[in-house]
Amino acid sequence: MHNQFDANENSEAILKLNDIYISYETRKGDVSAVRGVSMDIHRGKTVGLVGESGCGKSTIAFGIVDFLGVNGKIVQGGIAFQKKNLVGLPSEQLRQIRGNQIAMVYQDPMQALNPSLRVGNQLAEALIFHQELTKKDAWDQSIEMLKRVYMPDPDNVMNRYPHQISGGQQQRIVIAMALLNNPALLIMDEPTTALDVTVEAVVLDLIDDLKKDFDTGILYITHNLGVVARISDSICVMYAGELVEQGTAEAIFDHPLHPYTQGLIRCVPKLGSSKERSMLYPIPGQVPPPAERPANECIYAPRCDYAAGECRSQRPALRELKAGQRVRCLRAERIDRQAWRPPINTISRRHSSPSAENEFDCVLNVKDLRSYYRQESNSVLGLIGLEKIRYIKAVDEITLEATKRKTLGIVGESGCGKTTLAKAIIGLEEISGGKAEFLSVDIDMRLGDRSLSLIKEMQMVFQNPDSTLNPSYSIGKQIARPLKRFKVVPGDQVRDRVVELLKAVRLDGYYYDRLPRQLSGGEKQRVGIARAIASRPNLIICDEPVSALDVSVQASILNLLMDLQDELDTTIIFIAHDLSVIRYLSDSIAVMYLGKIMELGPCETIYASPYHPYTEALLSAVPIPDPGVKQRRIRLVGDIPSASNPPTGCPFHTRCHRRHFAPDKGKICEKEPPPWQHVLATHRIFCHIPLDVLAEVESVVTAA
Amino acid sequence: MSEVTIKNNQKTNARSGVSRRPLDNILIILRSKTATVGLLIVLFWVFVAVFAPFLTPYTSTYQDWENPNQGPSADHPLGTDELGRDLWARLIYGARVVLVILPFADGSWIPGGTAIWGVFAALVVGATLGLIAGYRGGWLDEVVMRLLDAMMSVPVILLYLIIVAAIGPSAFNIVIAMAIVGTPGIARLVRGLTLDIRTRDYIRAAETRGERTWHILFCEILPNARGPIIIDAMLRVGYAIFAMGTLGFLGLGLPPPSPDWGSMVAKGREFIMAGSPWAALWPSIAIGSLVVGLNLFADGLREESLRYQ
Repeated sequence: MHNQFDANENSEAILKLNDIYISYETRKGDVSAVRGVSMDIHRGKTVGLVGESGCGKSTIAFGIVDFLGVNGKIVQGGIAFQKKNLVGLPSEQLRQIRGNQIAMVYQDPMQALNPSLRVGNQLAEALIFHQELTKKDAWDQSIEMLKRVYMPDPDNVMNRYPHQISGGQQQRIVIAMALLNNPALLIMDEPTTALDVTVEAVVLDLIDDLKKDFDTGILYITHNLGVVARISDSICVMYAGELVEQGTAEAIFDHPLHPYTQGLIRCVPKLGSSKERSMLYPIPGQVPPPAERPANECIYAPRCDYAAGECRSQRPALRELKAGQRVRCLRAERIDRQAWRPPINTISRRHSSPSAENEFDCVLNVKDLRSYYRQESNSVLGLIGLEKIRYIKAVDEITLEATKRKTLGIVGESGCGKTTLAKAIIGLEEISGGKAEFLSVDIDMRLGDRSLSLIKEMQMVFQNPDSTLNPSYSIGKQIARPLKRFKVVPGDQVRDRVVELLKAVRLDGYYYDRLPRQLSGGEKQRVGIARAIASRPNLIICDEPVSALDVSVQASILNLLMDLQDELDTTIIFIAHDLSVIRYLSDSIAVMYLGKIMELGPCETIYASPYHPYTEALLSAVPIPDPGVKQRRIRLVGDIPSASNPPTGCPFHTRCHRRHFAPDKGKICEKEPPPWQHVLATHRIFCHIPLDVLAEVESVVTAA
Repeated sequence: MSEVTIKNNQKTNARSGVSRRPLDNILIILRSKTATVGLLIVLFWVFVAVFAPFLTPYTSTYQDWENPNQGPSADHPLGTDELGRDLWARLIYGARVVLVILPFADGSWIPGGTAIWGVFAALVVGATLGLIAGYRGGWLDEVVMRLLDAMMSVPVILLYLIIVAAIGPSAFNIVIAMAIVGTPGIARLVRGLTLDIRTRDYIRAAETRGERTWHILFCEILPNARGPIIIDAMLRVGYAIFAMGTLGFLGLGLPPPSPDWGSMVAKGREFIMAGSPWAALWPSIAIGSLVVGLNLFADGLREESLRYQ
């Protein structure tokens, strides 16, 4: 597995990009999105293309297949596919090549599949059109292909419509469709980004298997360093339209040469290393927009810790520094990665958690909390109230506590009810049963019935930076609103307080008059946080506040939240789907599955044996951006069941890989809900399997 | 570039970013040929309506007894009608009623044309209903929208006739009729926009601040729906002018001798075959050009603002 980069120099590349430049025509003139990118892709190898959003990754993919749209064009350079230049080829010939020899898989499978055609017809069509097979042959071959992507029950799936199958399986169908004509090159643009981690792990394994079986060259585009570490043979790191570093996966993660690559690796949380060592250091600044990229200087210089005068007077070339590792940096050999120290103002001030072990003041106490949705029925019987009412148990019998000044992490895959739980606590969702107490006040009511003094103590930070701020008002007004609403300060001091709050989230005072559309995603999220802390709440609920942000920004937001918690003595409930992010800032963690908590305990106990089988599977599935870290391979079968019809007994039994460890070979899992087993007073596991058996399970993640 | 200069740049950007906004909007309009042409036509009519007293020596009711049914001449640039009234004067005073003033029966008036007030009233009622129905949902939404659907099932012109016949023809009553007729369409549009906007996180943020419903409706949702509403309102002013013309033509417009474009056409119609089509021609052109102008303007603006996103 090592040194593919060298080994392949002699074999012919299936795709050769030679110094290509791609521009988009806009009102402000031509904007260059990709500048001077060269790379080779070989048969049976995966090239990972990684970088933050807006770096031109997808533009390269679209450039290869000539999908740039009316205003995009390749200005310079050549794309050689099997020695044939694709640039300037007539569209009819390109179309032939595209269908037959180059295939593409996109992020959202639902957009690649036609919702009004059966899966089978869509698959067979590709064969009938490109290989002129008869319908019968095409159908049979399609079933064969579905078997090869490990689709359960392929005959049945062929007759279904896309919306009748789950997201992970849809993506499998898209991959099967892409492979039907046995393409020489497969371009995958974030194919697993929309999937849950456990499903993502299975799809990534599948891609790896298929690469070997079909001897296809794969260009794998992603922003996720963990995914790229798991799947790639060689990696290209892109920054602002340029390739800044290129090398084997091991080399890039072992000894990154470019300051940007080094920065990226420093700012993603890693599961393998200890919590203290996984301190996050954000890269200051942000990716410059295409129109503002300097032509004759190093594009990374404004954010670089090592930038010197020479970096601003010439544009560095991509040069080979070590065998098979190229870097676009003038000073790469003079950079000592080990000697790097974080600039004082970027790091989190919290190095030790507050030594208040004796303070167990409980801020939030939730007991057997339930939040059910009524399932809407469109039948006539339902309309007149004769049909049996069915409920979706979004949150079912949740018991947990949030302690003062601590962070409670809630983690789980999509649809597990973590957001509903947050909404029920804050009053946006009905509480159907159970008890919830906040500062010893009963909060079993919706927002409209709560007193203003209660509302003031609980605020929320939202997921999507683009919709968290009202686009019609300036930043200052939006932060001032809660100050006025809760009468935090007298009217004439509101403006000063807003500026203070902006400073608290590390934004300058002149942001006051800006509109949300003038801000980047990370800045919007900071304003969202400023708005939430304006009333000095006791509890802040953060619903995936960093999942839509680029990694370099993500780190700074996480650090900011930790700093603010120290300054304001708040409790945080932090919801995320990413186990590494959750670990970075949580004191205790709840793992949720299908509306129930599977495991709850202090942070470190969750990541060590004994595990709940689901926690174990999650840990095994998380892509870790470090090829040195070894994960025990556990892959869950099937998809998450629907919450409207959850499995009886233990909700996880349909996918559990350790079911046979339970008493009477796991029959009990179907029949009875499991008991809460306490490992410690604060650590409990919701499982039938005896604790001593679970304790024998070895650790999932081991550092090299 | 040092950090200080970067910050300074950002500062100036921020400042100019705010002050540039109205100018930006004008530039958007001028970028579209359609919108520019439409705007010029509309501005022409607004201009002549506002400055009507200075653009003609006559009033709308002055009669030149000796010269009825004349073609254009030096004295009467557009000719005269069957009673010898100056057509240019009647035309621009007619535009005044449509676009600039709302006359009352006792001779007093308030600024804002009849068509403008009519659309504005429909907007207030329709947008409120649409916001409430869209934000609250449930049975309230069902009841409000089904009632409005029922209203929409009656042909527009019939609805106008019924209302005006019931409450009598006057500028103020036409405003009421316009409000009633325009409400269902605006309510539907606003409800649709609200359904989308209410799912945004900033609405959740307002709810978790314990904001009152009216604040969420009018301060959080409405400003973000304004783009489509403004464009729709412009089109509606066009329809309203058309409706005024129709009512006037059918004798349900402003009572004579008010300079009403619709009734001018109705009167002038009788003399077309007799060789003087002027009295019917000019108001027809006026209605047509103003409606087309508003449509061009709204269309151009919509296209350009969509492209701007």
